Amino acid sequence: MPDTEYRYGFHDPENYVYRAKPGLSHDVVSEISWLKKEPEWMSKVRHKALDYFLKKQLPEWGPFLGNIPFDEIYYYIKPSERQEQNWKDVPEDIRNTFDKLGIPEAEKKYLAGVGAQYESEVVYHSLKEEWTKQGVVFLDMDGGLREYPELIKEYFGSIVPYTDNKFSALNTAVWSGGSFVYIPEGVEVAIPLQAYFRINAKNMGQFERTLIIAEKGSRVHYIEGCTAPVYSTDSLHSAVVEIIVKEGARVTYSTVQNWSKNVYNLVTKRSIVFKDGIMEWVDGNLGSGVSMKYPGAILKERGARAEILSVAMASAGQQQDVGSKVIHMASDTSSSIVSKSISKDGGRSSFRGLVKVVSGLSGVKASVRCDALIMDDTSRSDTYPYLDINSPEVEVGHEATVTKIGEEKLFYLMSRGISEIDAAKMIVSGFIEPVVKRLPMEFAVEMNRLIDLEIEGSVG
Amino acid sequence: MSSASKQNTLVIEDLHVSVEGKEILKGVNVEIPKGEVHALMGPNGAGKSTLAYALMGHPKYRITEGKVSFHGKNLLDLSIDKRAREGVFLAFQYPKEIPGLKVFHFLKNAYIARFGIDEGSFSSMDFFKKVKAKTELLKMKEDFITRYLNEGFSGGEKKRMEILQLSLLKPEIAILDEPDSGLDIDAVRIVAGGVNSLRGPDIGVLLITHYQRILNYIKPDVVHILMNGRIVQSGGPDLAEHLDNVGYEFAGAEV
Ligand SMILES: Nc1ncnc2c1ncn2[C@@H]1O[C@H](COP(=O)(O)OP(=O)(O)O)[C@@H](O)[C@H]1O
Ligand SMILES: [Mg+2]
Repeated sequence: MPDTEYRYGFHDPENYVYRAKPGLSHDVVSEISWLKKEPEWMSKVRHKALDYFLKKQLPEWGPFLGNIPFDEIYYYIKPSERQEQNWKDVPEDIRNTFDKLGIPEAEKKYLAGVGAQYESEVVYHSLKEEWTKQGVVFLDMDGGLREYPELIKEYFGSIVPYTDNKFSALNTAVWSGGSFVYIPEGVEVAIPLQAYFRINAKNMGQFERTLIIAEKGSRVHYIEGCTAPVYSTDSLHSAVVEIIVKEGARVTYSTVQNWSKNVYNLVTKRSIVFKDGIMEWVDGNLGSGVSMKYPGAILKERGARAEILSVAMASAGQQQDVGSKVIHMASDTSSSIVSKSISKDGGRSSFRGLVKVVSGLSGVKASVRCDALIMDDTSRSDTYPYLDINSPEVEVGHEATVTKIGEEKLFYLMSRGISEIDAAKMIVSGFIEPVVKRLPMEFAVEMNRLIDLEIEGSVG
Repeated sequence: MSSASKQNTLVIEDLHVSVEGKEILKGVNVEIPKGEVHALMGPNGAGKSTLAYALMGHPKYRITEGKVSFHGKNLLDLSIDKRAREGVFLAFQYPKEIPGLKVFHFLKNAYIARFGIDEGSFSSMDFFKKVKAKTELLKMKEDFITRYLNEGFSGGEKKRMEILQLSLLKPEIAILDEPDSGLDIDAVRIVAGGVNSLRGPDIGVLLITHYQRILNYIKPDVVHILMNGRIVQSGGPDLAEHLDNVGYEFAGAEV
């Protein structure tokens, strides 16, 4: 399928303030650390993580990762002198890019704050005064480390240690950018915060790092979006996200992932949820060539809850290997996983769902539901559920369905005068409706529009 | 009749239809002019639904011989959606469930497609009122249009949903495939009332039924009996009553 319908495939000239040599070494890590003037402890963590990355093998399960050009990737590119709080101060090329992506406009209309990352650094950041006055902190991670070093030291790597997997080690070694969010006790941020990640350079590696701390009874919805130009060589995106949901707090983390198909997207996202807290992951994976992403939740105290909703679309040349992980560590905790995948034009989607319940618990509820829609005979979908239940009184539900788009449904809709393309779109958007309806309206519209474009590309 | 005067008649000539390699319809001839209601009766497995699907263009039902024309066009050359826009409508014997597709969204899109309306000039509010008025006539529940299309609907709700679409999309040829099957007598009255309110010079109806019961409420102008893929008898309304008394075996034997 031609990539012409990928609207975000344009790129700017590569004018950088600083670019590290391609390839990964202790020198590159030292260089990043030195440029950032960060504390000694962080620099040490980076080097230890790099050692771990270098000795750890690629995972033996999941998509083939042996073609990632680790030696050709740029691990750090600084695109501009400083971070701005005013779009007009952002270098023109970069500002134009974000204009085309509609970020400043969205910010005005329906966001509480925006962070815009371009290559390795966040070039623009702002939070509306209403929220700063209430003590909400929304910075890039580098800014967070400068201004709140104790908090970062306490939580950085506490939920996703660098030893978690090869790519969390990589991220820890070369991280740059990402968000630091702190919501004080009792504060409810009524409208979403958005972070937008843009890769522009060829062979770029982007390694943002995010930490969200929601204090007692607070509430926040954080949304991330991402795109990249279309190149013939591969780029690598490997993020780590850690979220702390304290007593009675509620965090929603939504993603509309729309990388170009030459991006490897290998991401580790996890949260820890305390008493009566709620974590919601809403994850839309439309882009990238290979994605591996399993947002997780550790339900640490009584009453904690996790909901993980995901949609993945695997089209020509794409492998969406997605899923989720929930670990119940306390009684009366509950989790719900709903996954919807669409495979078409030879695309492949896989769902991996892990639910673990430790021993000695009662009143635990867990449900896993995964539905796959297959649009044609060349596409594929697989499910790998894994339940590890060590307590007797646990209510676990597991359901998996695979459906073909089906000429019967198309026939029914077309018999009302609806064209084949529109009928296919209606069936697909109905299929993902249970997940998409959980997104704020603007993002639901965007997600449906992206999926419509994909379907037009294949049926048309 | 000259062919020009058949513009407003659905003309089915010598229609042969196969499903999965097996011939089901073996040369069907029927003419349904606008303004008339034709009942098509026959035992289970006779090929009634096959005729309905073939007329609408279901890809599994292969036409091996014959012709179907309407508005001077060969219907068989048109895609499914184009047949619908030409004014052909099929009320399904077993309507399909489309999870996640909201009834209102579906109705609106079908309406816009059927009449080729420019979306810019379309008023959702006016359309909503129109739908609401019709749902009241069909005694459908309030929450109905916010539900997902046919998902979790009872048999009776599905049938009413078909009649609602029929009355919104104003077809010129309506094929109703057993609109009464599985309904209690009150529901049959409501469905029949819906169909009768549309009767008139602008619509031709092919009413498929296994039992004579619904014909007490929707009076046909012509009755055809289909057996083993052929029309074995055609006549006036009394043919249906006669059939009710003697049964299909006997009717078949008369030929
Ligand atoms: N989709 C199909 N696949 C296989 N056989 C079919 C299909 N549809 C109809 N048939 C066969 O065609 C014959 C007529 O069926 P149908 O048209 O549904 O009859 P009726 O509606 O009169 O009860 C039956 O023998 C049935 O088994
Ligand atoms: Mg039938």
